[in-house]
Amino acid sequence: MAYLDAASTEPLHPAAREALLAALDVGWADPARLYGSARRARLLLDQARAEIAEVLGARPDELSFTTSGTQAVHLGVLGALQGRRRAGRHLVVSAVEHSSVLHAAGVHEGAGGGVQTIGVAISGRVDLPAFAEAVAAEGVAVAALQTANHEVGTLQPVAEAAEACRSAGVPLVVDAAQSAGRLPIPPGWSVLAASAHKWGGPAGVGVLAVRKGTRWRSPYPEDERELRRVPGYENVPAVVAAAAALRARAAESAAENARLSALVDRIRAEVPRRVPDVEVIGDPVDRLPHLVTFSCLYVDGEALLTELDKAGFAVSSGSSCTASTLRPSHVLEAMGVLTHGNVRVSLPRGIPEDDVDRFLTVLPDIVRRVRQRLGVQ
Amino acid sequence: MIWRKKSPEPPAEAPAPVIPPAALTIDALGRKCPIPIIMLAERVGEVPVGAVISVLADDPAAFTDVPAWCRLKSHQHVESYELPQGGWAIHVRRQY
Repeated sequence: MAYLDAASTEPLHPAAREALLAALDVGWADPARLYGSARRARLLLDQARAEIAEVLGARPDELSFTTSGTQAVHLGVLGALQGRRRAGRHLVVSAVEHSSVLHAAGVHEGAGGGVQTIGVAISGRVDLPAFAEAVAAEGVAVAALQTANHEVGTLQPVAEAAEACRSAGVPLVVDAAQSAGRLPIPPGWSVLAASAHKWGGPAGVGVLAVRKGTRWRSPYPEDERELRRVPGYENVPAVVAAAAALRARAAESAAENARLSALVDRIRAEVPRRVPDVEVIGDPVDRLPHLVTFSCLYVDGEALLTELDKAGFAVSSGSSCTASTLRPSHVLEAMGVLTHGNVRVSLPRGIPEDDVDRFLTVLPDIVRRVRQRLGVQ
Repeated sequence: MIWRKKSPEPPAEAPAPVIPPAALTIDALGRKCPIPIIMLAERVGEVPVGAVISVLADDPAAFTDVPAWCRLKSHQHVESYELPQGGWAIHVRRQY
C-alpha cells in the first residue's frame, strides 16, 4: 500500500516511537505530585514543552498541551473570544478554515456573537484587503486564520494578516495544524494551535500557545492542569514522543521538504498531461511542500477513491459523495473550483519516489474506467 | 451554517424572481454530482452558439460545479436563480 494521505495523519516518526516506549516506563507518574517518579514525569513534560516551544517560536510558559489539534483550536478560539468579551462580540474567519474553527465559530454565533467570513481567491488564498478591513471594524473581538489550507495546501498570508490585526488591536488565532513541523510558524500570532500527529508524533497531543499579554479565558470549568488552560491529566509519554518527532522533523525538514516539493511539482505537471479534463487546484508556488489536490471532471470521487484503494493507493477527497455530510467541501466551494472528482495527495516523510511514479501510471486508466461507468466517453 | 454559500434571502414583500427563458432546459433535479455536469456536457452542442441552457439541479455541489465547468470549458456562466421548490436554475451560455 502506498500511503499518500499524510495530511490526514503522518505515520509515527521512528524517533517518536523510540521516545514513546522509553517514556512509558519512566514518565507515567502524575507530574503534579512531589515524589521522585512524579518529579521525573514533570521534568520530561517541561523539557518537551521547552523543545516544542522553541521549534514553534513560543515561550515555554505560553504553551499548553491539549488532547488534539481540534481541542486546541476550540480552546484557542473560544478562550480568546471569552477573554475579549468586553471589547467586542465579533469573530472574523476565512471561508476555508478547518471545520474545528468553523464549528467553534458556530458555537459563538449560537451564543449570540457575530461571525464574519472572508472569501478567498480561486487559489484558496484569503482576500487580505477584505480581511484587514474586517478586523479594523468596530466590535471585532478575535480573528482566525490558518497557516496553510488542509485540503489544497495553499499558504495564507498570516504575517500580513497579523500585522493588520496588530494595528487594530485584535488578537489573531492561527491554526498551524497543517504546517507545524514542516514550515516555520509565521510571526504575529496571539494564539497558536497545532497537532502532533500531523508532524509524525502520536495521536492525542495538541498544542495550544497563548502569547504573553493576550487576553484569554478558558471556556471550560476551572482545572489546575497545563497552566490552567487545558483540563485533565497530561499524557506525558505521548507529549515526550511528540517533542522527539518535532525535533527530528525540524532537523530533516530542509532536505525532505525540497524532495517532497519536487515530487508534488511532478504530480502537478503530469496529472493534467496524462488525464484529460483535470484541474489541479491550489496555489502552485505558495503551498505546503507535500500536498497537492486535483479534480477530475465527470468522475464520482468515491468511485475514484475506491478504485485507487484497490490499486494500493491511500488518498483522500473533499468531494461530498465521500464525506458523511453529503455537502461538498466548504473549501472547494469557497474557492469556486470543481467539488466532484476531487483527490488530495499528501506525501509522508520518506515516501519512495517510485510510489509517486506508480500513482501517475495507474491514475489515467482508473479515471477512464470510472468515467466509462458513468457513460462518459 | 454561516460559512456555507447561500443565495441571498429575498425580502418578504419582493415578488418571486423572474427566471429568463432558455433555449434548452436540462432537468437534473434529484441527480447527484457529477451527473448534472455530465448531462450538461452531453447536451451543450444541441443549442446554437450564443444560446442559453438552463440546468435545473438541487445537489448543492452543482451550485459550484456548473460555474466551475463553464470556467474549465470556456463557456459562460450567466446566472444562478433560486427555484421556489429548492435548488437552482443555473444558466449557461454556449460560447463555441
